[in-house]
Amino acid sequence: MSKFKKKKKGLPAISTASLPDIVFMLLFFFMVSTTMRETDLLIAKPTLPQATEVKKLEMKSLVSTIYVGKSKDKRIGGDKIQVNDKIIDVNDVPSFIFAERALRKEEEVKYMTTSIKADKEASVGTILDIKEQLRDINALKVSFSTTKGSDLKSNY
Amino acid sequence: MARRENAEINAGSMADIAFLLLIFFLVTTTMDVDSGISRKLPEKSEDTPEVTIKEKNVLDITVNRSNQILIEGTDFVQVTDIKDIAMAFIDNGGGVSAPKGEQPGEPCDYCQGAKDPASSDHPSKAIISLQSDRGTTYGMYVSIQNEIESAYNELRNKLALQKYDRTYNDLLKDYKDSGSAAVKEKIDFLKDSYPQIISEPEPLK
Repeated sequence: MSKFKKKKKGLPAISTASLPDIVFMLLFFFMVSTTMRETDLLIAKPTLPQATEVKKLEMKSLVSTIYVGKSKDKRIGGDKIQVNDKIIDVNDVPSFIFAERALRKEEEVKYMTTSIKADKEASVGTILDIKEQLRDINALKVSFSTTKGSDLKSNY
Repeated sequence: MARRENAEINAGSMADIAFLLLIFFLVTTTMDVDSGISRKLPEKSEDTPEVTIKEKNVLDITVNRSNQILIEGTDFVQVTDIKDIAMAFIDNGGGVSAPKGEQPGEPCDYCQGAKDPASSDHPSKAIISLQSDRGTTYGMYVSIQNEIESAYNELRNKLALQKYDRTYNDLLKDYKDSGSAAVKEKIDFLKDSYPQIISEPEPLK
């Protein structure tokens, strides 16, 4: 029967049909595990100072971040403080921390850390004011956010 | 005529699409780790007992608004000098520690300092005071904090190497990996040996 040619049997190609599934799985993993919620900065992006003795902040979910830096508008001087998506006054720092605490479980509150991301040009006065406010409400764990590097000269 | 089989939709390009998305997410997401110098603020209490501290037990660092550093009110130094000065001050061990309850104070047996009677008595008594001006830049402030921190870390490292053949940083890493109580004990001992006592008075206006 020459009508039906016998097909030559070679090695069957490896099925790639499951490849999309694997890739999608990876994709979902990345989509879920990475947090896209980096707050939009209303102040000019702070250039963090460098330091050598840095410690990584563990437990990111327990960290509340306070940004300190210059206003985007160059005509406005002085340091601005930003939390979440708004610029606030130093006196509003406690209410921000209280709001952050309310989101956490009660037993986690004592492990909460405040990370201060301040521009290296910011003045110490502003930072110490924030620290004083944090002391008032017993938020004692503070981390001065820095980048790792040994070029201390560039800090000042 | 043979019936044509239902042609399957070609899923081969699906992988490409998914890969494209994957790469997009890989590139756009920043896995940035937040790291920094951690500090514990002193608790606020109404009834602070008056304590008298000997002048020699305090290392006075003052920064003015032009980022100039003055140590003990006399020496004008650079940031990079602070570490050595602080280490010499903390590790001096010229006297005895504060008495613990019944026990009288004992001299510092692990200190390798100069034992200068005019400098600090004991690491547990040595206080570093950082007086800054409101106009000091934050970069300077962090640099000084960093130097102080590194002074303490180096002293702890030295003691750890001597006692446990392992640096303090390694011990910290060990503890993070294993969480064993034995390592914790060592870390606590080192921390007790060189406790960080940093005082920050009200800034100058």
